[in-house]
Amino acid sequence: MNVVRRGGLGLLAWVTGIVFFLPVAWMALTSFHSEQDAATNPPSFTAALTLDGYREFFGTGGGASPWPALVNSVVASVASTLFVLLLALPAAYALSIRPVKKWTDVLFFFLSTKMLPVVAGLLPIYLFAKNAGMLDNIWLLVILYTSMNLPIAVWMMQSFLAEVPVAIIEAARVDGARLPTILARVVAPIALPGIAATALICFIFSWNELLFARVLTGVVAETAPVFLTGFITSQGLFLAKVCAASLVISLPVLAAGFAAQDKLVQGLSLGAVK
Amino acid sequence: MTATTTAPVAAPPVPTPHGPNARLRAWATRAPLLPALVFMIVVTQLPFVATVVISFFDWNALYPDARRFTGFDNYHQVLTDADLRHSVWTTVLLTATVVLVSLLLGLALALLLDRRFRGRGVVRTLLIAPFLVVPVASALLWKHVLYNPEYGLLNGLLHYVGGPQPDWISDTPLLAVEASLVWQWTPFMMLILLAGLQSRDQQQIEAARVDGASDWQIFRHLTLPHLRRYLELGALLGSIYIVQNFDAVFTITSGGLGTANLPYTVYQSFYQAHENGLASAAGVLVVIGSIVIATFALRVVSSLFREEVSRA
Repeated sequence: MNVVRRGGLGLLAWVTGIVFFLPVAWMALTSFHSEQDAATNPPSFTAALTLDGYREFFGTGGGASPWPALVNSVVASVASTLFVLLLALPAAYALSIRPVKKWTDVLFFFLSTKMLPVVAGLLPIYLFAKNAGMLDNIWLLVILYTSMNLPIAVWMMQSFLAEVPVAIIEAARVDGARLPTILARVVAPIALPGIAATALICFIFSWNELLFARVLTGVVAETAPVFLTGFITSQGLFLAKVCAASLVISLPVLAAGFAAQDKLVQGLSLGAVK
Repeated sequence: MTATTTAPVAAPPVPTPHGPNARLRAWATRAPLLPALVFMIVVTQLPFVATVVISFFDWNALYPDARRFTGFDNYHQVLTDADLRHSVWTTVLLTATVVLVSLLLGLALALLLDRRFRGRGVVRTLLIAPFLVVPVASALLWKHVLYNPEYGLLNGLLHYVGGPQPDWISDTPLLAVEASLVWQWTPFMMLILLAGLQSRDQQQIEAARVDGASDWQIFRHLTLPHLRRYLELGALLGSIYIVQNFDAVFTITSGGLGTANLPYTVYQSFYQAHENGLASAAGVLVVIGSIVIATFALRVVSSLFREEVSRA
């Protein structure tokens, strides 16, 4: 009886897992179908596979090329993630290894900025960008994405650096090691996996962002999500192309997300859950 | 917003400093913190202050010369305008539905995944995938590939069983948006609740089982109380993210058919209607709503945080 029930629950878990994954699997399958096969009812599961959807998406069929948007997204995500690390690492150090007074208050200030909705500052930022000639400039997005991810990064890295035992640092100091040596030889090896996970999560959030990019960029600095909004209104038979586009643009996030899987909760819950 | 004051956690003892030398050392300790702090204040707090100021002006970007101070007129207009009031209601409904449904589904999935079974890691990975699809791509997937009344997957599957062929987005627009968001957010809730389940005191559960407690009794009296704060955390973080949702509403319905929420309305009123003052007032209202949620969220985070620090 117990064995049957346990097996049944395992089966149920598998079924729900597959049901949740089905839209993603269907998106992948459809992206390899021809437009005619993609738009049949009932759906064709066994239609011939083709790369036409991908060829269409990458612009060989005459549409706009997605490459500039993809390059912009890479620049915005990678550059903002680097800036975040540059600002968050020293801050996290001052909140964990050599904590300032009232360090929890500072930590909670960072968290509270994350709870300020994006729309709250959107208009002044737009007006500022317009007057400063920064509209449609990818570096404006880099600055905004840095501010969007900095609180998450500070929280995560604070919790990772706090795991470095103070006694080891003290021991190294007694042995005459200077700060750069301590950071490189003692702190970095322990904190590195956490720092990498933090970077991946910041990358995901920047890559996904739509509202800022939609309002503040145009033809030059448009990012991949803005490029995707071009598919909102249907354009005849275009399912395979939409699926190919969605999948290609989601691939970096899927890869980063699976790589950071273990630390994902910690990042998304702003370090509150380990 | 200001930082909440929390009871200080067993911080290392700081000797009371005296003299210029000590002051210098205190600044040296603070220095690594300053770039991040200044950056955050400039990029997030200043624009919000500007939003509050603009919200008191009658200011249409197309008629910049007619700009004038109007006090609370914009707020009055936002709160009395039928469309805007509707968007406040839509925001509440959308957020509450998505958070509750994905929390319950997430709890069920977390309980399923907490048990050992063959291929648990694979199932976990399959379940996380929806959360790792770019939000716009996910919205496009639902809009075109699943909901399309003629060749979408949902109607295709219904076709097999001879079911009806509804036009999902036109018939139930808000539900269509909600379903796509529930699909994306259930994995998030599952991950948080699974972390909660795995931090339970196993010895206590074993002891209860030895004493003859049933599975339901263990769930009701041990697991659920332990999970309470994780449920709260999931609900609050989910609310904070979903109150701000723009991608799904923008993509699936373009704010039409009564699905415009506040973020979409703010976007629409200054980006398309150029009503700067009105947009700012609506933005400030979103913030006030968020502060209410955030106050609770900060409290939950800080209690979990204190527990972690005291355990370490």
